[in-house]
Formats: sequence, C-alpha cells, structure tokens
Amino acid sequence: MSFSGAKIIQPLCIRYPDTPVISDQAANRITTSSPFLGSTRTLRRIQSVSAAQRRSASAIVAVADVVKEKKLKSNKNHLLTKEEGLEVYEDMILGRVFEDMCAQMYYRGKMFGFVHLYNGQEAVSSGFIKLLKKEDSVVSTYRDHVHALSKGVPARAVMSELFGKTTGCCRGQGGSMHMFSAEHNVLGGFAFIGEGIPVATGAAFTSKYKREVLKEADCDHVTLAFFGDGTANNGQFFECLNMAALWKLPIVFVVENNLWAIGMSHLRATSDPEIWKKGPAFGMPGVHVDGMDVLKVREVAKKAIGRARRGEGPTLVECETYRFRGHSLADPDELRDPAEKARYAARDPITALKKYLIESKLASEAELKAIEKKIDEVVEDAVEFANESPVPSRSQLLENVFADPKGFGIGPDGRYRCEDPKFTQGTAQV
Amino acid sequence: MASIFQGVGAATSLSSSTSIETKKFHFCSRRSPSERKACFVVVRSGGVMVDGGLNRIGGRAEQLVTNAVAAKADTPAAATASKPGHELLLFEALREGLEEEMERDARVCVMGEDVGHYGGSYKVTRGLAQKYGDLRVLDTPIAENSFTGMGIGAAMMGLRPIIEGMNMGFLLLAFNQISNNCGMLHYTSGGQFKIPVVIRGPGGVGRQLGAEHSQRLESYFQSIPGIQMVACSTPYNAKGLMKAAIRSDNPVILFEHVLLYNLKERIPDEEYVLNLEEAEMVRPGEHVTILTYSRMRYHVMQAAKTLVNKGYDPEVIDIRSLKPFDLYTIGNSIKKTHRVLIVEECMRTGGIGASLTAAITENFHDYLDAPIVCLSSQDVPTPYAGTLEEWTVVQPPQIVAAVEQLCR
Repeated sequence: MSFSGAKIIQPLCIRYPDTPVISDQAANRITTSSPFLGSTRTLRRIQSVSAAQRRSASAIVAVADVVKEKKLKSNKNHLLTKEEGLEVYEDMILGRVFEDMCAQMYYRGKMFGFVHLYNGQEAVSSGFIKLLKKEDSVVSTYRDHVHALSKGVPARAVMSELFGKTTGCCRGQGGSMHMFSAEHNVLGGFAFIGEGIPVATGAAFTSKYKREVLKEADCDHVTLAFFGDGTANNGQFFECLNMAALWKLPIVFVVENNLWAIGMSHLRATSDPEIWKKGPAFGMPGVHVDGMDVLKVREVAKKAIGRARRGEGPTLVECETYRFRGHSLADPDELRDPAEKARYAARDPITALKKYLIESKLASEAELKAIEKKIDEVVEDAVEFANESPVPSRSQLLENVFADPKGFGIGPDGRYRCEDPKFTQGTAQV
Repeated sequence: MASIFQGVGAATSLSSSTSIETKKFHFCSRRSPSERKACFVVVRSGGVMVDGGLNRIGGRAEQLVTNAVAAKADTPAAATASKPGHELLLFEALREGLEEEMERDARVCVMGEDVGHYGGSYKVTRGLAQKYGDLRVLDTPIAENSFTGMGIGAAMMGLRPIIEGMNMGFLLLAFNQISNNCGMLHYTSGGQFKIPVVIRGPGGVGRQLGAEHSQRLESYFQSIPGIQMVACSTPYNAKGLMKAAIRSDNPVILFEHVLLYNLKERIPDEEYVLNLEEAEMVRPGEHVTILTYSRMRYHVMQAAKTLVNKGYDPEVIDIRSLKPFDLYTIGNSIKKTHRVLIVEECMRTGGIGASLTAAITENFHDYLDAPIVCLSSQDVPTPYAGTLEEWTVVQPPQIVAAVEQLCR
C-alpha cells in the first residue's frame, strides 16, 4: 500500500479572536475536514491551506442536520471572566507541576509500575472538568492523574496513592492507573483502554434512571468519558456511542487525540482518522476542537455539557492535543519526530492561556506568578505528605475484596472466614 | 442465537456408556459382570420410575423431587408447618424472586438482550417490562461487554442491576468487564465503590444446542477475585438465591441451567431468602458424600435410587455456592462418610470439581479413606449429535459405578 506522497502540514497560528468562536461560515458547513497535524506521514493529501485558514479560528460542528449556531454572547469582549480565567490557569498549572513532580519521584524510586503523564493535554482536562458540578462524574483512562485533580481530588491523596501509601485516594490499592473518588465522582482510572467507557455510560444511565424512574426530577448529572485516539478504534467505544445516542444519555465522549497510541500513529491505525465523524454515524453531533487551546475547548465543552444536561443526548468531542512526554515513564519515545514535538511545544496550552490573560488584561503577571508559587507549595506539600504517610499494613490485604466480606465463605469450622481473627490481620487462608 | 422455550424434551439416555473413561475412575465393558448387571438394573429401574429421563416437563420432575430417596433435610420446616405454598416452574420462581425484589427496591433494574418486550429468552422476565417500564427492564443492543460495563457503572452510582446473558456463553464477550471491573473495582478503588450486580443466565449442556451454546462458564470465572458464584437447581433455591443475590452488595454470578427451567415444585408462599454461601443437603446418608450442583443433581439423585436399591446409603449435597465453597457442610459430611465423589458438568480440566478436590484435600485429607473421585464432562466441545453429546456429560450409570468402586 503506497501513500500519495508525504506532506508536512504547517501548524496553524493560534489567534485568540475577540469574536465568538463559532464563525457563521463554519456553522453553515455540514462537514469540513481539518488538516491533520502531527505526523510527517499522511495517508492522503490534506486539503489546501485555505480550508485550514477557514477552520483555524473555529470549532467545527458536524451533525446530521445543519445546525445554525448562534453567536456566543459574552458580557465583555472576553471569553471568560477573571475568576474563571484564574481558576482555569491554576488548574492547568497544578496539572503540569504535579505531573513533572511525578516524573521526578518516579526516577527517585518513590513510585513504580506504569505511570502515564498528562503534560501538554491540560487544556482538555481543565477546559471540560472545570465546568462540572461536584455531582457530575468523570471517567478516565490510565492517564488519569490530572482528571482526578481537576475534578477536585486533593493533590495529597493522588500523590499518596502513587506512592502506594494507605492515605492514598484508593488506600494504595489502585495506583497510578486506578484513581477513584466517591466524594468527587471520579469513577476511575482504568488500565485497559475502552473499559471505562461502558462504566461512564452506566453512570449516565443512572442519571437518567434517577430522573425518570426514581422521580428525582432535578437530577441532571452529566458524565464525561475521557479516552484517547487508540480507544476510538475499540469495540466498546462504538457500542457505547450507539447506546448513549439510542437512549439519549447525559454523557459527553471526549477523545483526547494526541495522535499516538504508545508507538502507533493514529494515521497508521485508523481507516478514517477524523474521529469526530463517527458521532453523526451514531446519531449524535461530532465536534472537532483544537485541544491545545483551553478557551476553545471550554466553549465546545459548555455546549456539549449543556446539551447533556438538558436531556438532548450525547456529544462526541474530538480534541486534537499532544503529550509532551512519552506514553509512560518507561517509554523511550523514539518514534515521534522531534520537529513535531517542537511544533506542539510552541502551542503549549499554559503559555497560550497566560498570554491571553495578560494581553486581555484579565490578570497581571504578578497574579499568575503568585498562582504558580502557590501550586509549587501545594505539590511540595503533597510529596511531603505522601512521604510521611504509612505504607499499608498486612491487615489491609483482605479488606475491600468484597463489599460484603461474607463472600469469602464459610470455613471448615462453620464460621464465616471473615470472622476469623486472622482475617483482619490479613493472614487468614481464604 | 437459538432461544429455547422448552429446552427439556428428549429422553436422557440411560444406556450403559461403559466405554467412557474418566481419568480417575476406570470402568469399561471389560469389567466384571456385576458392572454390566448394574447397568441392566439401572435401565430397568429407569424404565419403571422415570421413563424418558429426569427432564421431562412438569410431572416427572415433580415426582422425582417429592419421591427423593430419603427425606430432604433441607426441606424448610416453614413449608410444611404453615400454608401449603404454591406450585410453579423454575423460571417462574426466578421471576417471582426478581419481581419481589423489584417491588421492594426501586433501584433494582434488569438489563439484557430481549429481557423487556420479549420477556426473556427463557421467559424469566416475562411481563416485567409492561409493569415497570422500558427503562427499568432494559432491552439492550447486542453488545455484551458494553452493557455489562454499563450495569457496573450504574451499580457504582447506586443502582442494583441484574444483567442477563441470553446464554451464559455470551458472557465470554463480557469477560473484560466481569473480571476487571466487576471483580476488582471494589478493591482498586479502595472500597469506595461497590458493585452490587447480579449476572445471570442459562448455561450448561442442553439438548443438542451445539458447542458454543453448551458452555459451562463457572470454570472460567472462578479465579476472578471479588465475585461470588452460585448455581440454582430447584425452583425453591432458584427463587431464594435470586433474592439473596440481588440483596447482596457483592457481585454475584447466578448460573441457571437450560434444561432445568421447567422443573416444577411447590414453594412456600411466605417470603424467604436463602444464604448465598451455604450448600444444600439433598439427601443425608452414611456411606459416601456425593457433591454436585445444577443439573447433575438430578443425575445423582437418579443414580441414588439405584444405589439405595443396591444397599448403599449415599449422602448427596448440592453445593450451590460454587465460589466460595461451603466447607462446613462439606467437611461435616466428609467427616461422617470418609468418601467423596464429585459429580459435575464442568470440563475435567480446571473445573469446579478440580478446585473442590483441591480444597477438600487441603482441609480434610485426614478424614478420607479413599482418593477423591471426580466425575466431570469430557474435555471436548459439546458435539451436536445426540449420542456424542450424551457421552460428554456424566450419566447416572457412571455415578453408580463410581460409588460402587469407591465403597469397595
């Protein structure tokens, strides 16, 4: 199979428009293909630059019907208020600094196993999750530290979990790939790709069930399912797109397309690389958005979350983003072209937001520096806390296997095994 | 995917099947004449008592159960002491249990293929969608892995779903969700989320359903930490276990058998819930402990009749709880009889019998007077041809022969 020539696509300049994000032009188009950035190999010739320019300032909404998008109303010329801006900025800085600290700690032997860092993708997490309520749910993959942090899980709890300490959010039993929080409705943390999407669908189903069967009329909880480009080729993804659209579940499927599934380029793995197109195939809107731009992500997220909350059904959002580090801390990251990495590094979402906030006078340099300093302290404190926390004792081994420990059965002496004193010590034979 | 309303039909053959060899127990037509004679006796007694086998619809099964060779110790006193109870078939008992629990707790819901409008491929959920609505009895698309995962996600958020596999074999497609999320999620979340799901469906070897529809998944699931497995065998324990499974906060896999749905029994009118972890004493005895579950219980009871005629006194226990094993009931029995025969429908390799053998050896070795004998199905994909299919599962003559060998 030969491809018609390799073409290097120039990256688009990021301009923060003062006008609303969705242009009328884009709104009137039913489908627009976007140039695919990131790989020096392309499967097909991408459309001309003019199309790229048309697309540059907007997010594309592709639906089965033409949707007239209303111009977004903003109170001022800005896309968000100062408070929102600072909140988002702080969240992104937290994500970045935390992940950098994870790398440090890993190489110092404080955490082990597979650790997948989120550097570069902060715009997606902050752009979406900061719009949620506490009762809304988030489901993620193994690249879940920052999703948990954005949702409100304390940095201490996440760091302790990574260190395998008993004060971790999952008592040290889950690890990097299994971040859960019942309090903040973080439903995982899954090691196998795709297996979280049905769980997210179930959470959305519960929301609908509560409203329609249990008659909790005000239950409008939304679920966000985050996953990557590799997962978009997996059966569970398609099965859940179908069910979510069929039953109009309050869920948003967020594809974090960072173009690489470990060493597999998205273009080499996918017959039609434009993932957003798969939404309309199942009867839901598919949106493509620049995932390195937190403001654009936020605008799209508002729409999608609003749709879900009003009971209008699911949305598929494809965020084009990039991970600055390797797939995991064990990945030598030799396959990706340094030029590609440099291009995306120039589009660092944090730098971009900082620039926007300062240029639009929403925040001063000093305020942002103060936030950065604060976050440094938060993360240092988290490390200290995790360091000083105790490791799980033997007695924790058999707890939590069953919600009802009678599930361990009846022993030869007629007593339930969980009543055996050795059980609580973790030394019982089960 | 074939759906069978009356899975029970053709006769269970009582032919001597003496050419079948099990690894532990060797019996073939070259054996002593007494063996042959035994087979002959079996056929004759079979012909008189339960012509055409155990699994005829209705009457025969009822006869078998009430004419059990000795009084069932587990017959609930309540049933005899109070109101007479009502008669129903096993699938109706399952539905009754399910409906009672749905009535009791609005968070209990059902999801699966054809459970709603169709009423379930074995009619276990008939009428429920009309009563409770399409959301509560949810007809899913054909996507086992995803709707099982959906049930798990719903359970994490507070619902109590019952996930039906139209045939247990289809749950192989849901193995990812069952193993990783169902079994392990409570642990990996540090106890923050519980998964009170019930995964149920018909399995086992039916009547010429072919290899893929005749699977016994209990052996595949048994290693998954964090789940419980139970197998029902009578209308009484079907209803009781269904209710117990729904009320349990643990994920429970309830194994039903395609050929047992039309068993009829009289069950109590008043509400009862059985214990998920306990085994059931079917017939107390002195000479040998026979451990079995699901459909093989009936083959064992049929063999028991023959054995009693020959002067043996087998103790038959339906283990019911496949994971974890009720080692108390089993242990007490072994301490009494000192001989164990396991009769199961699982494959030889890695089946429930294999685990049970290991557990018994580990815990009760000193009480055994003879090696444990385990009769399981052959390690073959279940053939379509009736004769071949018959030889893949354990038949009553083999059980009789095994007991005689054990008690020599």
